Amino acid sequence: MREGTYDPHGVPSMLVGKALPNFSLPGLPPSVGFSSADVAAVGRPSLINFFASWCLPCVQEAPVLMALKRQRTPIWGIAYKDKPEATSGFLRQNGDPYTRIARDEPGNTAIDFGLYGVPETYLIDKSGIVRWRWAGGLSDDVVRQSLAPLIQSLA
Amino acid sequence: VKRAITVLLLAMFVSPAFAVSDPAEMLPNRAQEERAESLGHQLRCLVCQNESVEESNADLARDLRRIIRQRIVAGDTDTQVVEWMVARYGNFVRLRPPFNAETLALWSAPGIALAIGIAAALIARRRRPVAPAPLTDTERQRLSDLLKS
Repeated sequence: MREGTYDPHGVPSMLVGKALPNFSLPGLPPSVGFSSADVAAVGRPSLINFFASWCLPCVQEAPVLMALKRQRTPIWGIAYKDKPEATSGFLRQNGDPYTRIARDEPGNTAIDFGLYGVPETYLIDKSGIVRWRWAGGLSDDVVRQSLAPLIQSLA
Repeated sequence: VKRAITVLLLAMFVSPAFAVSDPAEMLPNRAQEERAESLGHQLRCLVCQNESVEESNADLARDLRRIIRQRIVAGDTDTQVVEWMVARYGNFVRLRPPFNAETLALWSAPGIALAIGIAAALIARRRRPVAPAPLTDTERQRLSDLLKS
C-alpha cells in the first residue's frame, strides 16, 4: 500500500512481472480494436490506459496523456463500461492521445487486468510483460518520477 | 385471532431476503446459488472498503458476483473460484487472509499481544510493594501519644 493511506488502489497489481492477460476487444469506430498480441507486437514500451467518459480523474489526466503522446509513447486506450457515442464525445472535448481505442463494455477484460476502476494505466515492455501499473489519474509528477524513467530504461 | 392467522399465512409466502437483491442474478440451482453466496461473502468488494462482493451494490462487485456464478456453473470448485479471484486481485480480495509469510505478523499478533499482557502482569505482581514491618513498642507508644494530643 502507499504509505499512510488505506486506499485499496495502492495494493500492488498481480500483473506486474507477468505477461498481459489474453484479450481481443472491438474498436471504437473509426479505430479498429486490438488484442493482447497487438500490444505485445509493437516492439517498444507502450501504455494501456483504461478510461471512461463518466470518469472525472480521466478528464484531469487527459493533458498528461496528450503530453506522453507528443513524446511518441504508444498509448492503447480501453473505454471501460462506456457507450461509444459518449466515449467519442469525451475524446472530442479532452483530446485523443490513443494509438488505437478498444471498448470493454461488459468489463471482463478489465477484471482480467485486476482493474479497480478508471482510470488505470499499465506499462507494457517490448516483450509484452507488464512492468508498472498506476491506479488513478496520472499526473505530471507521476510521469516525471516513475513512468518516464521506466520507459527510458525499457526502451 | 382471524387477523393474526391471516398475517401468519401471508408471512409464509414472503420470500427470504437474499444478499443479492436482484433475483435475475441468482442461479436457478439452489445448491449452486448457496455456494456462490457463501463465496461472495468471503471475497472483498474491492472498491468499497470492507464490504463483501455479495453485499455491495458497486458495479465491480456485481460483475464479480456474475463471474462467481459463471465459474460455478462451468464446474469450478470453491477453491478454484477463489484462486481465480486471487490471480487477478491478489490476497487482498480475500476477507479472511491465508496464513503465509506475508501474513505471519497479522495472524500471530493476538498471541504476541497475549504474551506481552501476561508478562506485564507477572512483572507487576513481582514489583508489588512488601507490606511494612509491624510497629515496634516505642513506635506504638509514640503513635498513641500523637493521636491523644
